[in-house]
Amino acid sequence: MTELINARNIRIDGRKLDELRPIKLKVGVLNNADGSAYIEWGRNKIMAAVYGPKECHPKHKMLADRALLKCRYHMTPFSVDDRKPPQPSRREVELSKIIREALAPAILLEEFPRTAIEIYVEVLQSDGGSRVASITAASAALADAGIPMRDLVVGCAVGKVAGKIVADLNDTEDKEGDVDLPVACMPNLNLVTLLQSDGAMSKEDFEEAFKMALEKCRYVYDLQRQALLEGYTPQKEDE
Amino acid sequence: MSAAERKHEFVDVLRRQQIEEGLAADRRLDGRKANETRELSIEVGPVVKANGSALVRLGNTAVMVGVKILQGTPFPDTPDQGVLTVNADVLPISSPYEEPGPPDEDTIELARVVDRGIRESHMVDMKELAVEPGKKVYAVFVDVAVLDVDGNLFDATSYAAVTALASARFKKVSVKDGEVVQMEEMVKLPVSTIPVSVTAGKVGEFLFLDPTGTEEAVMEARMTTTFDSEDNLCATQKGGEGFFTPEEVLRQMEVARAKAKEIRAKIKEAVKNAGKE
Repeated sequence: MTELINARNIRIDGRKLDELRPIKLKVGVLNNADGSAYIEWGRNKIMAAVYGPKECHPKHKMLADRALLKCRYHMTPFSVDDRKPPQPSRREVELSKIIREALAPAILLEEFPRTAIEIYVEVLQSDGGSRVASITAASAALADAGIPMRDLVVGCAVGKVAGKIVADLNDTEDKEGDVDLPVACMPNLNLVTLLQSDGAMSKEDFEEAFKMALEKCRYVYDLQRQALLEGYTPQKEDE
Repeated sequence: MSAAERKHEFVDVLRRQQIEEGLAADRRLDGRKANETRELSIEVGPVVKANGSALVRLGNTAVMVGVKILQGTPFPDTPDQGVLTVNADVLPISSPYEEPGPPDEDTIELARVVDRGIRESHMVDMKELAVEPGKKVYAVFVDVAVLDVDGNLFDATSYAAVTALASARFKKVSVKDGEVVQMEEMVKLPVSTIPVSVTAGKVGEFLFLDPTGTEEAVMEARMTTTFDSEDNLCATQKGGEGFFTPEEVLRQMEVARAKAKEIRAKIKEAVKNAGKE
């Protein structure tokens, strides 16, 4: 088996233990959507679109006091090594739900009663940490759609690989590592909106990893904020 | 597409207020304190046709789990390991809000969270479940039938699934000259640890264990944590359209860790007593 972390604490892709993969985020990438964002996070390539607030279908799902939030996380068949059948897998159904629940606390849904807000996440190429990348992109797309929010939502996963706590697992580390701990939060309000984990962690491991995840969320937030600012800064014509 | 379904009983504003005021005084509608769970009863082996089974009642919630151990083919990426699948069905008999049909997102999440607790704790040593590596392995099917719903399906299902696995017996097979030969002796599954899930609900600033159906209808967020026999955290799942502060997360971890120990003792005792009969 390959050595996941070498003697000098360097990971298989050359990163330090707490170093994130390169992240590129851009808003306003789709013409028809009310809001959109595209994120590249390591080898993840993910497009998020927001439609709404719009008429709620089917009507019996309409909520009298707030907007209905819908979310679909979907992987294209070519996004993974094998071909993923296009119909939603159990994993995609679960991720759709937890991504929705990670974003919902930030959105002022009560401002738009009897409407629906739809979030679509399409994973074009997947790598480790696609759910937190999706949340980061979808939250930027919500902001791009002009939907009022209490805070942006950002995510970052931390894990345990070869006995060490490391930030932002890539595909190989995710598959061969011991622990994956994806976290999403509203960074300015310091509130956790997504928390999952798998793999055995002692109390100390968890506390270290959780703290690191929240710190890294802050770093992702700065990138996300920058992307939104850039999306709304008039571009010079000669460039 | 995933959107929140209204599957809870209707709870009016006054009842919601009563729940919040009760939590502030550490007294819930059914008289429990925040960190008390409901009465847990575990019946081991109610279904003799299954390799392992359990009927768990947690308050008024009732869940039956049957384990079937068959022969199957391994996944290409784990040719030397057995296969384990958790499948859940919240039956239409269980609540007026359920109807027959394919599993919805809540049911899929339930199955996947229970699956993760079992898989990530390495409860069953999957490497011991290979017959002929790359060709034939044991396939362990954990099928969940939710019979009656009154909140906290996650924990009730987890306890039932773990009990059914820990008490399962099956006949091993071996391959001789290309033919499958079944042994006479009944053996246990290679079980090393007992993962126990503990779920908390959150209303306002209050966290409480083992929510009832009424509490689930008003609560904003949920946190399910699963611990192995060494008290390590092995799976976590936040749910609901609310949030937790980082302090709440850290505090809840320790409350849940202590509670998991208590419940593990009950599961072990139930499995042990059933083994004597």
